[in-house]
Amino acid sequence: MTEAQPVRVVDAPLLPASHDQGLVEVFRRRYLLKLLVRREITARYSGSFLGMLWSYINPLSQFAVYYFVMGVLFNLHEDIPNFPLHMFSAIIVVHFFTETFAAGTRSIMRNKALVRKMAMPREMFPVASMLVSLFHVLPQVVILVIAAVVSGWTPDAVGMMYALLAIAVIMLLGTALALMFSVANVFFRDFGSFVGILTMYVRFGVPMIYPFTMVEERFGRFADYYLLNPIADAVLLFQRAFWVGTSRDVSREEMIVDHMPDGLLMHGMVALGVSAALLVVAQLVFTRLENKIPERLT
Amino acid sequence: MSHPADTSIVVENVTKSFSLRYQRTFKQLTVAKLQGRETNKRFKALDDVSFSVSQGESIGLMGLNGSGKSTLLKLVQGVMRPDSGQVLTRGRISGLIATGAGFHPQLTGRDNIYLNAAVLGMGEQETRRKFDDIVEFADVGEFLDSPVGNYSSGMFARLGFAVAVHVDCDIFLADEVLAVGDQPFKKKCMARMEEIRKSGRTLFYVSHAAGSVRKMCDRVIVLEKGRVGFDGAVDAGIKYVKYDSDEEQNPDEELGADI
Repeated sequence: MTEAQPVRVVDAPLLPASHDQGLVEVFRRRYLLKLLVRREITARYSGSFLGMLWSYINPLSQFAVYYFVMGVLFNLHEDIPNFPLHMFSAIIVVHFFTETFAAGTRSIMRNKALVRKMAMPREMFPVASMLVSLFHVLPQVVILVIAAVVSGWTPDAVGMMYALLAIAVIMLLGTALALMFSVANVFFRDFGSFVGILTMYVRFGVPMIYPFTMVEERFGRFADYYLLNPIADAVLLFQRAFWVGTSRDVSREEMIVDHMPDGLLMHGMVALGVSAALLVVAQLVFTRLENKIPERLT
Repeated sequence: MSHPADTSIVVENVTKSFSLRYQRTFKQLTVAKLQGRETNKRFKALDDVSFSVSQGESIGLMGLNGSGKSTLLKLVQGVMRPDSGQVLTRGRISGLIATGAGFHPQLTGRDNIYLNAAVLGMGEQETRRKFDDIVEFADVGEFLDSPVGNYSSGMFARLGFAVAVHVDCDIFLADEVLAVGDQPFKKKCMARMEEIRKSGRTLFYVSHAAGSVRKMCDRVIVLEKGRVGFDGAVDAGIKYVKYDSDEEQNPDEELGADI
């Protein structure tokens, strides 16, 4: 083989074959992320007749069950102004979180073929799961806003800022937990089952089917501990945005005083900080365990 | 440590071991511990492997089954990380490893081409530009817009292959891929590999077929139980693995019938 070959000059540094920059790399390869999210959205409901409608049937059926059991049977209607919207705004946040958590946890196992054979940042999959869930939040918010407007609600700047804060908290927290659990799930499938249990606690650990006032009444000053739960904070922020102001009998200000905790914004910011810190921890855990993923995925 | 500017791949004292786990569940583990049986064992797939490759070289990686060829390829590809030592590469890597991995059976051929190209590091513009070439090479005809789950295995492989060979890479890895596909397609593939080699890319070719290694490569590395057994000229390498003796009996080997 002595024939003259063209010399190909590669203008790139000599790098470790598996260079990992984690989440940073995920956002550097946004185009791939976009395609993965799109694939997930089209593939999730392919072969099903109702298709995308399923992502509304699920929260709406939850809504129906809670509405009749809690509202009609336990008579919470009377204590809470516009109880259905109180619940629905909470369901959106909780559903966003549980979907991110559950789908994110399964994401690496589900994408076995890619993970085992292709070189790409594996953080891609949990992040894509979170974005797919976020995608489904939008139409739910549209329904919520329509219902709120019908009830006499008008948007306010502070409320909209709170809504964005709530979404940001869940995005960070959901991604953090999805990262940790997706890699743990590769080692022991037990973690996948554990997610179901945690999800149940989340549903009852936020002011969704009961009002926050009830927590304050029963727990007194211990209610502050309840507010350490970032998901509870996110739910309250979201309710402050879309539920407060939907009552014809009670004014917006009165509802805030009656039903929202003091220093809600501060709690929200703390929740955001905690979630961000947790995401950093999750990245560290992921990087440590990621090494063993290809051989454990069988 | 510094390397010359034309270094393409550096493998330095690389060791990679896997654990063979006999028991997985809590119950199995407890029983095994009580009986004093072994519950975990390490297996060295690669043991202190070192070599370096210059840009434009084409390496034939040979060795018996289980000698660590695929593990080495995965380390170079970046799917796995070595336990110790380091693997350095320069430039973009593509290859015929696991072609079609990550094809989503429910998505159409078209969507899968875009997705697979993105996984291999191609951008949107680049994929668009090469799309027609890829489709032509894959030769899936009217199946392009039907889900790849309905493809025949040959079509599936061709589509994966087509994307991989159109990536504008600097290092090209090929792992016994030519076992699939019919004769005309094999010929097309070999021609394409030849083209890739001539364009000055580094070629890393894993094969048992002495004929195609002789045709494609200018250096052979032989792995033996995870160690480098031989590193040097092609003919000597093929002699080393003793594949030359049965050359006559294998009429298919010129085309690289990797089994």
